[in-house]
Amino acid sequence: MQKANQANAVQPPLKLSGLEPLIITPHSNFVNIGERTNVAGSRKFLRLIKEEAFEEALAIARDQVEGGAQIIDINMDDGLIDGKKAMVRFLHLIASEPDISRVPVMIDSSKWDIIEAGLQCLQGKGVVNSISLKEGETEFMEQAQKIKMYGAAVVVMAFDETGQADNYQRRIEICERSYRILVDKVKFQPTDIIFDPNIFPVATGMDEHRLNAIDFFRAIQWIKAHLPGARVSGGVSNVSFSFRGNNMVREAMHSAFLYHAIRNGMDMGIVNPAMLTVYDDIPKNLLERVEDVLLDRRSDATERLLEFAQTVKGKSKERKVDDAWRKGTVEERLSHALVKGIVEFIDADTAEALEKYKRPILVIEGPLMAGMNIVGDLFGSGKMFLPQVVKSARVMKKSVAWLTPWLEAEKGEKKTAGKVLMATVKGDVHDIGKNIVGVVLGCNNYEVVDMGVMVPPEKILQAALDEKADMIGLSGLITPSLDEMVHLAREMERQNFDIPLLIGGATTSRVHTAVKIEPHYRKGPVIHVLDASRSVPVVGKLLHDQKDDFILEVRKEYDKIRENHTRKRSGKTWLSIEEARKNAPSVEWSAKNIYPPAREGLTVYDAVDLEPLRKYIDWSPFFRTWELHGRYPDILTDEVVGEEAQKLFADAQKMLDRIIAEQWLKARAVTGLWPANAVGDDIEVYTDNNRSEVQTTFHTIRQQLKKTAGAANMALADFVAPKATGLPDHIGGFAVTAGIGIEEKVRAFEANHDDYNSILLKALADRLAEALAERMHAKVRREIWAYQPEEQLDNEALIREKYQGIRPAPGYPACPDHTEKSALFELLNATENAGISLTENYAMYPAASVSGWYFAHPQSKYFGVGKIGKDQVEDLAKRKKMDVAVMEKWLSATLNYR
Amino acid sequence: MNDKITEALAHRILVLDGAMGTMIQRHALTEKDFRGEPFKDHNRPLKGNNDLLSLTRPDIIADIHRQYFAAGADMVETNTFNGTWIAQADYGLESAVYDINKASAIIARKVADEFTTKEPHKPRFVAGAIGPTNRTASLSPDVNDPGFRAITFQQLSHAYKEQIKGLLDGGADLLLIETVFDTLNAKAGIFAAMEVFKERGREWPLMISGTITDASGRTLSGQTAEAFLISMSHAPLLSIGLNCALGAKALLPYLQVLAQKANCLVSAHPNAGLPNAFGEYDETPEQMKAQIREFLKLGLINIIGGCCGTTPEHIKAIADVAHEYQPRKVASVTVA
Repeated sequence: MQKANQANAVQPPLKLSGLEPLIITPHSNFVNIGERTNVAGSRKFLRLIKEEAFEEALAIARDQVEGGAQIIDINMDDGLIDGKKAMVRFLHLIASEPDISRVPVMIDSSKWDIIEAGLQCLQGKGVVNSISLKEGETEFMEQAQKIKMYGAAVVVMAFDETGQADNYQRRIEICERSYRILVDKVKFQPTDIIFDPNIFPVATGMDEHRLNAIDFFRAIQWIKAHLPGARVSGGVSNVSFSFRGNNMVREAMHSAFLYHAIRNGMDMGIVNPAMLTVYDDIPKNLLERVEDVLLDRRSDATERLLEFAQTVKGKSKERKVDDAWRKGTVEERLSHALVKGIVEFIDADTAEALEKYKRPILVIEGPLMAGMNIVGDLFGSGKMFLPQVVKSARVMKKSVAWLTPWLEAEKGEKKTAGKVLMATVKGDVHDIGKNIVGVVLGCNNYEVVDMGVMVPPEKILQAALDEKADMIGLSGLITPSLDEMVHLAREMERQNFDIPLLIGGATTSRVHTAVKIEPHYRKGPVIHVLDASRSVPVVGKLLHDQKDDFILEVRKEYDKIRENHTRKRSGKTWLSIEEARKNAPSVEWSAKNIYPPAREGLTVYDAVDLEPLRKYIDWSPFFRTWELHGRYPDILTDEVVGEEAQKLFADAQKMLDRIIAEQWLKARAVTGLWPANAVGDDIEVYTDNNRSEVQTTFHTIRQQLKKTAGAANMALADFVAPKATGLPDHIGGFAVTAGIGIEEKVRAFEANHDDYNSILLKALADRLAEALAERMHAKVRREIWAYQPEEQLDNEALIREKYQGIRPAPGYPACPDHTEKSALFELLNATENAGISLTENYAMYPAASVSGWYFAHPQSKYFGVGKIGKDQVEDLAKRKKMDVAVMEKWLSATLNYR
Repeated sequence: MNDKITEALAHRILVLDGAMGTMIQRHALTEKDFRGEPFKDHNRPLKGNNDLLSLTRPDIIADIHRQYFAAGADMVETNTFNGTWIAQADYGLESAVYDINKASAIIARKVADEFTTKEPHKPRFVAGAIGPTNRTASLSPDVNDPGFRAITFQQLSHAYKEQIKGLLDGGADLLLIETVFDTLNAKAGIFAAMEVFKERGREWPLMISGTITDASGRTLSGQTAEAFLISMSHAPLLSIGLNCALGAKALLPYLQVLAQKANCLVSAHPNAGLPNAFGEYDETPEQMKAQIREFLKLGLINIIGGCCGTTPEHIKAIADVAHEYQPRKVASVTVA
């Protein structure tokens, strides 16, 4: 319905907003204001609010918006309701329903405290309905001033100190006076003023009511002509008050009234769209009678309409709702409900789905998860936004809650598979992913303790203790959350937690988790969970008997990621070597961190007994060598490769027996501990404890990638006391092999075309060498350097490096310069003492050998140097008295240039 | 001072400063720095409470302001992004809020005046920065209870009022309510500002800057850019704009909406690109300059600066390109 007469067509628009704008210009169509969320106008709504059935009350609001309401009027004025509380509650709930809150809200109350409480809940620009001069100018102005500060438009009733305007003259007088006060004194935007010049019933049988409609129409015209910018609104259903119970007549009256009001310039009105009919569809005889009444065209107009009303009583047009989706299959309906966040039918639909799918878990994993996947996709592609997704999660929860008794019945009793504590970290309000994960885990019989959002780390950790949680899941979406996660990981380490830490959320990544978080929490596993669907297997594995293998696997995977990351990362900011040195880690140096070795100098193990090494073998890499992917020992029972793995393992055991019994292989080891101090990035090794003569110098390489605040640029030299401290520190070295004599056997197998046993032997020799390196390190810690004499660790703990000190190898990430091996080998006299020699390319021979340094400082740790700059290479070449070009050749994989 | 801002804005694009956090990070400060003498016995860790540095390491904050002014900024933001008792509650420093704001404004004021004295033709300004706090008035943190709110409008406006008083007492030229992710929070800020203005019998210019957080082009609380503009339009706005979140490139369509619809000035201070997997910002000054040139070419901007990840080098690049273009002309009220 287009408004017809517009004298002042160039006035600026009235702009309102919910989540979306609503711009009302003089040329806009009539704006429908939904009236059914009004306790005074809808008995059903009143009942629902009284019963606090807010969800159903929301459905009414949604219906209105779907039915075409462009603004929704909300009124909670009822003697039996705490109006302020109900208004706030309902507005809060609407804010979580984007389908509803996309339109502006009209806060409708005769009580100022309810209006003000309502205004404090609206992020958009809404409308206050209403204020008036009823209590005098002072109060009127104060309220208008406040409304201006809250940012809302206002409906002004034609009401003053003496009462409600009930004729044309009073209407225009009060409206003009109100307008002048608002515009001139309060400086209210004229376009934000909406007058309600009172729609009163007609056909009441009383003569003084005969002009009610006409006076209203004339008042509209006058306001439009004399009060620039102001709009006109009104409560339309009042006009048909005398015909309550006769919807057909009422609908016709509303439509006809609106038709004329709009032609006179009415901009908006409180209308139940379901109680409207199309003007042209009103039967001619009814229309004539209605218009006779409205326009006071005949003295017997009222009687004629009443007469007609008797004949059509009870007929009303069908209410049209957009419920076509209800006709779909149960899967389609569940999906629709999830995507649209509609909880109204979810119980019934869930019940129907259960009947169809028989088992509750199949309903969850089937149609419900399918629906949630759509939600995830829509959110990911920007087609849904936050509040909608929250709603979807709620529908999901409702459905799952409905299924829970059946889930329980199926299992006999509800026994949870484990307890997961979840939280969105401090400073972050995003928890969709976390909640979805919570739902999914809940669906899979885990107990989820959800701490909500913005949870400070100390609370998370306290709750983890109090709840005896099996693991903690952290979530975050905004970037500062990443730091919070790192912080929490550090705190877990510091407070000696060892339960798993799961990382999830949009900004998190496997790479970030591996590189930034995991290194800070070594006492327990840190695992990135890509999405909700991955959460179930991850949590399951962590609670399984064989969790250690899983954890180990993840840990190794993350090691690899870290390595790859430091190698591959390009386009990074690099520090000059001077800057990097300035950002060296602050290592605590005091006498208590200096350990005089129990046995200085070299310790040689000429013939290591292999039998005790067997139990130190880490079998998983052994299987990987054979491209059998899986973890020992569950690889042995793997559905796909289990059988082959068992055969291989049996063969390996058999060969080990022979290796040991028939002495196929000989293992040798040498370790050394020498007085040493750091000088810059170099480590000087002294001939004796006078520390006056430098026997040899190790040259370590420093990280040059620009680190985030707090992270240091490390070099291995940082873990040896600087010369300037005067502390008598030491460094260790080792070279071990389990490959002596292997060539002969390998040749024998190969001659026999027995590749299987040849590879098997090599693989076993490698494992034995690794086991020997591990065992020697333990021996050094306990006996030779003896800085941890009491240490008692099992194999798993060894693999997880749960001990103090490190044994990095030259050529590997912590110091990727293979040429350093020559000095090490010289010091150890490794060729003579352990039978290991270096090829011209610094490869060790036999191949089944391991060498490296020992660092004992408690802060020493493994790291990857990453790429380095030309300035460091030049500096290193100078220190090592090597040609820059030669140095570059050895470090070619490590350069950040060329 | 208001006149000077208005006059400057009539003729040129004003340049706002860049990130404070990024610059503070460069100093690798310790817990001790954050505590300083005043808070050495405080019972909670204070590291990371950047606003507190205005009290404990004013030298660093002044130096950062100085670097931005030297890089060409016309206006710096006070170091008060978290200067409300709501945000400071994390640190148990609710009682320090007024002092933090006042001290921050004094620091910025002093450095701004240094530069204005040296270069009177280019007066420098201080924007009192008002952050969104860490709570949302429009959203429930509890998915099971969508009607719940962790903060009320009244608490927010109370908190903002205290902050605004501190900022104005310290000599801020104007107020900048920024990184608005929930419009209702910002409305509480406007409400507080209007209350203070009323009490003091004068108005200060008000800048509002929202943040669009995802690909749907909405604020966190779900509003479109235009709905956001409308919801802020009751305030006496000097400018409306966008900052943070998406990098400069992704900001363009929403800035166009604001530039087209707003009858006040338009500002933008984007991040240096989108954060990478490590939460770091990779966009170089030159890349950002190129992006911002697109804004300027289209005549969308009156005030331009940088947010997360931007440095004096970025601001210099932005200032250079800003000088090449004319500011956006504020259209008279349009009839839709």
